[in-house]
Amino acid sequence: MSASTITLPKQPPPLKAESRGLDFYYGSFKALKSISMPVFENHVTALIGPSGCGKSTFLRCFNRMHDLYPGHRYVGEIGLMPDAVNVLAAEVDPIEVRMRISMVFQKPNPFPKSIFENVAYGLRVRNEKSRTYIEDKVEAALRGAALWDEVRDRLDEGGANLSGGQQQRLCIARALATDPEMILFDEPTSALDPIATGAIEELIGEIRKKVSVLIVTHNMQQAARVSDFVAYMYLGELIEYGETKEIFMKPKRRETEDYITGRFG
Amino acid sequence: MSDKHLSTQFDAELAGISARVLEMGGLVESQVAQAIYALTQFSGETASQVLQQEERVNQMEVEIDRDLSGIIARRQPTARDLRLLIAVSKTIANLERVGDEAARVARTVQRLLNAGVSSRLRLPVADVRFEAELATAQLRKVLDAFARLDTARALEVLKQDDQIDQEFDGLLRKLITYMMEDPRTISACIDLVFVAKAIERVGDHAKNLAEAIIYIVKGTDVRHTSLEDVESAVR
Repeated sequence: MSASTITLPKQPPPLKAESRGLDFYYGSFKALKSISMPVFENHVTALIGPSGCGKSTFLRCFNRMHDLYPGHRYVGEIGLMPDAVNVLAAEVDPIEVRMRISMVFQKPNPFPKSIFENVAYGLRVRNEKSRTYIEDKVEAALRGAALWDEVRDRLDEGGANLSGGQQQRLCIARALATDPEMILFDEPTSALDPIATGAIEELIGEIRKKVSVLIVTHNMQQAARVSDFVAYMYLGELIEYGETKEIFMKPKRRETEDYITGRFG
Repeated sequence: MSDKHLSTQFDAELAGISARVLEMGGLVESQVAQAIYALTQFSGETASQVLQQEERVNQMEVEIDRDLSGIIARRQPTARDLRLLIAVSKTIANLERVGDEAARVARTVQRLLNAGVSSRLRLPVADVRFEAELATAQLRKVLDAFARLDTARALEVLKQDDQIDQEFDGLLRKLITYMMEDPRTISACIDLVFVAKAIERVGDHAKNLAEAIIYIVKGTDVRHTSLEDVESAVR
């Protein structure tokens, strides 16, 4: 087993979150092996690696998505700034964590509700009562997800009536509505066509100005396009972490180079 | 580590590009050698052969560049592959310039012949030939280093460039002496100054190729850095 190669910029941006020695077990299977890496504020960090390398498992740790999996076990911690709370600690309420760290999945999964209610959902969970507050937040979130102009006249229609790309932007709006500090994207464009993919990538570039982004992608060129930092994982280990332009031009580890140049086999 | 991509077609394309670069390199290397032969033997025939080859070299540059764009567009290469393609793009531009220098020498030979200059004028062509031998040896060595992606050989090329520069300086002094001693040689000697400069440039192009090789293998841009820095990059 080899240690991770981590290369930070000379002047690293402020930390948003940090994984420290994180192991994760599905029952007796150790899916993550001592992952330590930063997530920088207002930057996009991409997790890449072949199927089964643990990148989605790692992503899901950030908002406690494994909590309902029988036999799951977290060892180590993920500290969330600015209060350095360990989001994995048993005494920390996962609902609180998910308010601060929201998630967008591979397949657009709007709730069987109206466009408006889809976006307002998190606010209602939070027990927001003020109608005008909710309306303002929904509009801001839809604008933030670059969907407002397309749906402003049909907010009462079902979310499922939208196209795939619009549905995914609706899910992003839903994730944005609670003013999260961080958004997790789990292969957000693998079910979308190139145009919708371009729109989502553009959106991620906009979102990062306000929110820290962690994204899992199978598409290496997408990681190269949208991210500022890249982590390459293999068999549950973090192999290399560094600035995207360095990783794609001159990775330090041979394993990383083989993977990104398509020599992996 | 496997040196092969999942896509064997991609492997074939990269290997094909490298082979074409070496082919182009071999072509310009013989062009330089022929141009020097034309000079030392005052052979107008060889000089025109050199000029004919120039078209072929130019054509190859255009073709390889087109293949490069095609690979970049379709494969989105990264890391070592991307560095190879960027370096190839610079390498063929340098090789094409080497071809230009050879053509410059060939045209000078034609001009000297037209002006009625011959071996009877006792010009220091042997010294020019020595400088040219150094330059073609550098070119051969750097092409060999490119074929093997051998940074140690590339480093040797960088270190040896000084020799050509010194030879050029010595030749310049010698030609000045010739011109002072016999003003009838001035016109021909000035032509030889340009020939010597062209050869010195061939050495510089070989040096650029050596830097490109180090960039491919190590990912470090060693242009405009000291030899010590290059050595530590190669180590």
